[in-house]
Amino acid sequence: MKTVAEFKIHYLQILGGNGAVLAPLPPFAKDTAEVLRMYRAMTLVRVFDAKAVNLQRTGQLGTYPSSLGHEATHIGVGAAMRPEDVLAPVYREFGTQLWRGVTMTEILTYWGGDERGNDFAVPRQDFAWCVPIATQTLHAAGAAMAFKVLRQPRCALAYIGDGGTSEGAFYEALNLAGSRALPVVFVVVNNGWAISVPTKAQTAAKTLAQKAVAAGIPGVQVDGNDVFAVRATVSEALEAARRGAGPSLIETLTYRLSDHTTADDASRYRSDREVKEAWALEPLIRIRTFLAAAGLWDAAKEQALLHECTLQVDAAVTDYLGKAKPSTDAMFDHLFAALPAHLHEQRLTARRYSSKPGASKPSGH
Amino acid sequence: MVEAIALAHGWEMQHDDHVVVIGQDVGANGGVFRATAGLQERFGNDRVQDTPLAEATIAGMSVGMATHGLKPVAEIQFMGFLYPALDQIVNHMSRMRNRTRGRLTCPVVIRTPHGGGIHAPEHHSESTEAMLCHIPGIRVVCPSSPLRAYGLLLAAIRDPDPVMFLEPVRLYRAIRQEVNDDGQALPLDVCFILREGSDATIVTWGAMTMETLRAAAELDKRGISAEVIDLATLSPIDIETILESVAKTGRLVIVHEAVRNVGVGAEIAALVAEHGLYDLQAPIQRVTGFDTIMPLFKLEHDYIPSVQRIIDAVELTLDG
Repeated sequence: MKTVAEFKIHYLQILGGNGAVLAPLPPFAKDTAEVLRMYRAMTLVRVFDAKAVNLQRTGQLGTYPSSLGHEATHIGVGAAMRPEDVLAPVYREFGTQLWRGVTMTEILTYWGGDERGNDFAVPRQDFAWCVPIATQTLHAAGAAMAFKVLRQPRCALAYIGDGGTSEGAFYEALNLAGSRALPVVFVVVNNGWAISVPTKAQTAAKTLAQKAVAAGIPGVQVDGNDVFAVRATVSEALEAARRGAGPSLIETLTYRLSDHTTADDASRYRSDREVKEAWALEPLIRIRTFLAAAGLWDAAKEQALLHECTLQVDAAVTDYLGKAKPSTDAMFDHLFAALPAHLHEQRLTARRYSSKPGASKPSGH
Repeated sequence: MVEAIALAHGWEMQHDDHVVVIGQDVGANGGVFRATAGLQERFGNDRVQDTPLAEATIAGMSVGMATHGLKPVAEIQFMGFLYPALDQIVNHMSRMRNRTRGRLTCPVVIRTPHGGGIHAPEHHSESTEAMLCHIPGIRVVCPSSPLRAYGLLLAAIRDPDPVMFLEPVRLYRAIRQEVNDDGQALPLDVCFILREGSDATIVTWGAMTMETLRAAAELDKRGISAEVIDLATLSPIDIETILESVAKTGRLVIVHEAVRNVGVGAEIAALVAEHGLYDLQAPIQRVTGFDTIMPLFKLEHDYIPSVQRIIDAVELTLDG
C-alpha cells in the first residue's frame, strides 16, 4: 500500500496567555495605534456585553447570547476584513460587527425583539444574525460566487461555531467553495461548548480545522484568545481568497465564559473549575500585559477607557430604550416589494386589534 | 406541562426498554425546556443521547434506529430548526412502511416546541404544522394541557407509525394540573370537547385553547353558548366530532396561531363544507395568525389571535 494523501494542521499563537510574544510580530502589531485601537474595541464589546446581560436580567432585553471571552476572535476577524467584504455572522459576533460599523443600538434593537435592528445603517451588505445553525455558511459561499461572477475583488467571511460543524450545510459550503475556488473564509469559533454538548462529543476529529481537508481547502488552527494570531491568519486567508487562491478554514480556539444565552444555565453541565481555568487565558489580560510592557498602558488609562466605554454603551442603551414599539404595519410592509391584495385586509385587521390602535403610519395603499 | 412530558418519557422508558431519547442537549442539560430532565441520570447514556448538532442527523438516525428495533423519541430543539430534518421525514420516515409494503416501519416520535408568545429569539416561535399535516404517512399531534401532553405523548410513543408531537411553548409553564403518572395513554386521532355549548362551535388546538376558552367564558356572559373543541390530532382530522358539533350549533369558527393561508383551518373548513354544509347557518370564520412572517417579540402579541378577535368572529356568525 502507498500513501495517497496526508495532512497536517498547523497552530498559530503569537501572544501567549501571559502576554509574552511567542512568534514574530506581524506589521500591524508593531503599530501601537493599531494595537490600542484593537484593545479599545475588545474592551468596548466586553462592557457592552455586560450591560446587555444586565438589560435582559431586568426585563429590558430578550434572550441574549453573550460574547464574553470571544473578544480576540471577533476583533481579530473584524480588523482583518475590508469594509467592502461581506460578513455572514452567527449570532454572537458583536465585536466584529461593531468594528464593521453595526451600532450597539442596532444590536439591542434586534435582541429586544424588533427587526429594525437588522437594518444596519453600516455595513449595508453584511448578512443579519443567523439563528438556524450553519445555514449562513452557504450564504457566504453564494456571496463569494457573486463576487467571482461579477469580478469584484471582495471576499465573504462566514462564522460558524464548533457545534455548527456537525451540520450538513457546513460541509456543503466547504465543498462548494473548494470546488469553485470561491473567495470565502470560514471561521470556526471553537469555544468548547454547543450549549451543553462539549466539542469532543460532536466529533472524533482531533481538530475542527481538519474538516477543511476533505473539501480540499487549507485548514489552520489558531489561538482564538490571541487577537494578533487571529488577525494575522484571517488577513492572510482573505488576501489569498481575494487574489483567486480560493477559500480556507480557520479554527479559533477560545472559550465561552458565559452561559450559552441568558436562557441557559451552564452550571448544569460544566464545572466551575473548568470555567475558572479558562478565565486565566481570556483574551484581554494578555494584550493589556503586552501594552503595559511596551509602556503604553497603566491603571489610569484602563480606568479612563472603561469610563469612556461605559458612556458610549449608556448612550446606546438610552437610544434603544427610547425607541417606540413598531406599528403592526411593520409585519406587512417588508413582506414583499408590493403587498399582495389579500394582505391589505389583514393589515387593517392587525391595526384594528393592535395593542396601540391608531399608531400605524399611513399605508399609501 | 413540561413536567408532564418528562413524566411520560420516564414512564415509557421504564416500561419499554426499546424507547431511546435523542436530541440536542437532552442529556446532562435535560433539554433546553427541561422536557427530558433527569432521564439520562436515570436511564444512562445509551438510552438518552445528546446527538451532534444536526437535525438531519437526528431524523435520519431515527429512521435507522426505528427500522431496526428501537423506538426513538427525538427532540428538535425549536420548530424553526426542524427544516433540515424534513428531507428525512418526507422522503423516508413517512413512507418507509408504504414503500417496503410493511416490511420496515418507523415508530418514531419527533417532539418539537410549537408557537410563540414567550419573548423568544428569531426562528424560535414557529407554528408550521400545516407543512407537516401535508405529509401523508405521519401523524401530527398538539396537546393543549399537561394531562393531554402526558396521555398523548404516551400514545404517540406506543403508536407503530411516526408521530410529530408539537408542544406549545406558551403552555410549558402556563398551566398547573395534577397528572397521575399511571401510564394511561389518551387516544390519538380524536378531538376533545373542552366546553360544551349550543350556539357556535370553536375548533382550535395547542396554546390557542387558552384564548379560545377565555373568549367562550366572555361570550357566555353575553348569553352566547360556545362549544370549544381541541383538535389535538391535527392530522388525521377527527371530522366526525366536529360535524356532530356543527350539526348542533350551526356555526363554526376555527382558531389557530399559524398563518391562515393553506392552514389546517382551511382543511377543517373544506371538510365541513363537504360534509356539513346544510348544517351551517352562517359562513365559517377563521381567526388566525396573519399571512406574514412571525414577527420578533415586540409584535408577537399583535400577531397571535387575541380573545377579542375570537369573540368578534363568533358574534359575526350569530349576526344573521
